[in-house]
Amino acid sequence: MSGRGLASHAVLIAACGFALYPLLWVLSAALSSGELSEAHALPLPRAPSLDHFREVLSGSGAGSVWFFLRQLGNSVCVSSAAALGALCVATPGAYALSRFQFLGRRSFGNVLSATQMFPGVAAAIPLYLILDAAHLLDSRLGLALVYAATAVPFSVFQLRAAFDAIPLELEEAALVDGASRFQAFLRIVLPAVRPALAVAGLFAFMGAWNEFILAATFMSREELFTLPIVLQRYVGEYDSRWGPFAAGAILVSAPVMALFLWLQRHIVAGLTAGGVKG
Amino acid sequence: MISRWLVLLALVLTCRPAAARERITLWAAYSGREEAGLRAATAEFQNRYPEIEIALLTVPFGAYLSKLEAAIPTGNGPDVFIDSHERLPELLSRDLLASWPTDAALDADFSGAALGALSNGGTRYGAPLALKSLALYVNTRLVRAGHVTNTAELRALRSSLPRGVYPLVFEADNPYYAAAVLHAFGGELLSPAGDYALLGAPAERTLDTLEEWTRAGVVPEAPSGDLVKRLFSGGGAATAISGPWLAADLPPELEFSVQALPALSEANGRPLLPYVTIEAAFVSRRTRLTASAFALARFLADGPGARIRGEVGGQVVALQRLRGTFADARLGAFAVAAATGIPMPVHARMHAVWEPAARALQGVLRGKAEPKSALRSAAALFARNTRAPAAPARPGLGLLVLGAVSLWGAFCLIRASRDASLRRELRRSATAYRYLSLTSFAVFALVILPLAAGVGISFFSGRGHDFTYVGLGNYWDILSGGGGALLAPGSFWFVLGVTLLWTVLNVTLHLVLGATLALLLNQTKLAGSKLYRVLLILPWAVPSYVTALTWKGMFHRQFGAINALLQLCGVQPIDWFSRWLTAFSADLLTNVWLGFPFMMVVTLGALTSISKDVYEAADVDGASGIQRLRLITLPLLRPVLAPALVMGAAWTFNGFNVVFLVSGGEPGGTTDILVSEAYRWAFTRSSQYGYAAAYAVLIFGLLLLISRGSQLLGRAKAA
Repeated sequence: MSGRGLASHAVLIAACGFALYPLLWVLSAALSSGELSEAHALPLPRAPSLDHFREVLSGSGAGSVWFFLRQLGNSVCVSSAAALGALCVATPGAYALSRFQFLGRRSFGNVLSATQMFPGVAAAIPLYLILDAAHLLDSRLGLALVYAATAVPFSVFQLRAAFDAIPLELEEAALVDGASRFQAFLRIVLPAVRPALAVAGLFAFMGAWNEFILAATFMSREELFTLPIVLQRYVGEYDSRWGPFAAGAILVSAPVMALFLWLQRHIVAGLTAGGVKG
Repeated sequence: MISRWLVLLALVLTCRPAAARERITLWAAYSGREEAGLRAATAEFQNRYPEIEIALLTVPFGAYLSKLEAAIPTGNGPDVFIDSHERLPELLSRDLLASWPTDAALDADFSGAALGALSNGGTRYGAPLALKSLALYVNTRLVRAGHVTNTAELRALRSSLPRGVYPLVFEADNPYYAAAVLHAFGGELLSPAGDYALLGAPAERTLDTLEEWTRAGVVPEAPSGDLVKRLFSGGGAATAISGPWLAADLPPELEFSVQALPALSEANGRPLLPYVTIEAAFVSRRTRLTASAFALARFLADGPGARIRGEVGGQVVALQRLRGTFADARLGAFAVAAATGIPMPVHARMHAVWEPAARALQGVLRGKAEPKSALRSAAALFARNTRAPAAPARPGLGLLVLGAVSLWGAFCLIRASRDASLRRELRRSATAYRYLSLTSFAVFALVILPLAAGVGISFFSGRGHDFTYVGLGNYWDILSGGGGALLAPGSFWFVLGVTLLWTVLNVTLHLVLGATLALLLNQTKLAGSKLYRVLLILPWAVPSYVTALTWKGMFHRQFGAINALLQLCGVQPIDWFSRWLTAFSADLLTNVWLGFPFMMVVTLGALTSISKDVYEAADVDGASGIQRLRLITLPLLRPVLAPALVMGAAWTFNGFNVVFLVSGGEPGGTTDILVSEAYRWAFTRSSQYGYAAAYAVLIFGLLLLISRGSQLLGRAKAA
């Protein structure tokens, strides 16, 4: 192997070490029994056991695995609904931005990108009042709606870039064959951007899956909690229990990580099309 | 198949658990054993009154007040909630409490002090549940006498204890604990009139004493609640000052006793006096089920509920006739301690004392500040956080501007509607508008409307829910340094500087690391590049708050992995969050870990889109590897990377999770960035939403400027 190849591998292996070390640390903390008592540089579990997982699964609330599964179910439902909703709402808008010349096109794009710059902290209280007025507090639907809407601007940008990459001729051929514009959009264009849809949906899903400030503000019944709120209890202000936190973190992260790795090929492709062009 | 899943999803989302005939919600900020006790007590209530359903919610302590504030006025709050007596004025000022009916039979069983603490202007609110105060836990194996009379004895223990065992452990840098020493010196945190009182000789002597204890090894450095628990339960400390909550976390085999706090030899033998807090069950003013709510509160305070809370939850119950009847007699010491302690001052400004006092203690105990100067800056911080809100402004001018703007808008609209070419244009755009309608509606209702409301709130001041119009008052106040020096730590300009440095460093490191890795991965003949790519992308997949909390754990002074790694290299462990540079580096390292995969993937994507022909042409011309990189690859990458950089900069600028969860602004709020500062004003400094919203609007303006500027710059370069 050439010197350059060796150097490349050395840099990449060092980078992988940097990327993996915290993850291994979480894994070892989750599998060790008892609380951490002293520092260890090597992330190996001490006295391995599944106690922390058992504790997290049995939960605090009603004290049964079912309760944890129910909260897991809330997370799954809210996040999938948010991803679906964001896609349904963002796709036609992105298509219009990509294909039509219309009055206010520039300002529409500008307003969307500006919403990305407003810190969410200031929106929490008004959102609370809006959801309250719509009787959607303490409701999974309300939470899913908010998550979907916050994911829309970024999805629009991504999808617009994907539509831009589809040659116009594809639709024009369909229009010549007698299809309406909308039919061409549904039957020809949408299937062609499937990878981009998957990636935009994944980002919306992840955003919803990981969010906890809004969820903690809007939900006040334990049976409606999503997992991040549940996880937060283990690292409070006055008392941190890293073992159960690590176990919970693994349970919460594993599904999104699996999804992410499954779709990662498309992520590279999706961003290739200039997915972040603002 | 898919449609069946969709129907199921819709069902789950829209269903709500069926409402029982009478459903009482009960909120508490409990965890661990206390929570178990409360659950057992409510379960017993449920047994006796099956027609009432109880929903108990335990809210993390930090989020408790803001959640109560948001929920009760809109009628979504609890019917009954548990809180401590010193919050009474705050709760009353927001009109959250129902008054308690006189009940002589019940009152006879509580101490006058407890009842007095829950009264205001002759009216009673809430029923006393438990007493919270500090006492001394003594490890009876390590302390043969089994009892400690004064702090000189504690100090003398040092010579007889095994190596590495501390005589005493407690959270010395937490004002709640340090107040016991302050009281022994005759000082106080807040005067009865509500004036800041951590000043003068008693305060200085408190800081001197605590600093000397730390230096002499009487107490460990940087003592967190975690450390107290771990050291005392593992025999690493002979005694510990803590509350009843510690007992719940100690292993059953540990031999210990509990006694009232010893005398402070440094203060001529005057006793250490802890704060006493009375926890009470309050009934919400907005409850619709008044009778059941009072029945539950009474059940918890009196008789069976109190007994269960004491036995299962290990609480020191306020009910006097149950004193000394519990199996664990050790907790009786807390009742004694509570009887002699100092009731937590009941004053609306009390909540503002903790942050400055904690900063003074931390500064001195870490050897970073002299007591005198630390106390001065603490007093200044208190003054800044409690100063009067911006003066009310007459809405006249604001309304005038608003009116003028809407008039002008209407005028433009009318003029435009007469324009024939515009009407043609509109007709042409009609199809596009149909596609846009759904997107626009959703974004307007749930993104733009809340943001606009946020902008509106920024013109008002006030806490919680009563607002006063102050015009641009909040903005002037923020931009003029917020009552302190213009560039003092914590002022807008200082925080802005930190934020800009934070953003520039992060984006640069993300770009350098991400692009380098992408260029390496893009080599055609590299073995295992797929595996590398999967491993390197992983940090992106982890939820950012999990990342932040994990790194916080890794930077922990005692058991963090980073210090362990440093020790392998022969470097002394570092207290990462005690100095600005190390705390900032910890935040930076975390955020670099979190963000480099995004840049790597974007660069990889851009690289694959560069056509191979360009490189072949370069090869024909005999270009070297460096030349290819400098003359072809980098220029072709720029147009794709520029927008990604702007977006990355916006995300970093607003990167709340890392700063808030890793360093938490330590030391002394100097690593806070604008967003975390805004969050503090909104949620921890007595809910000054208007002030926080003004911060948010300023952040928004800055980011718009930055992105606009970079766009213009990019265009100028391209031209």
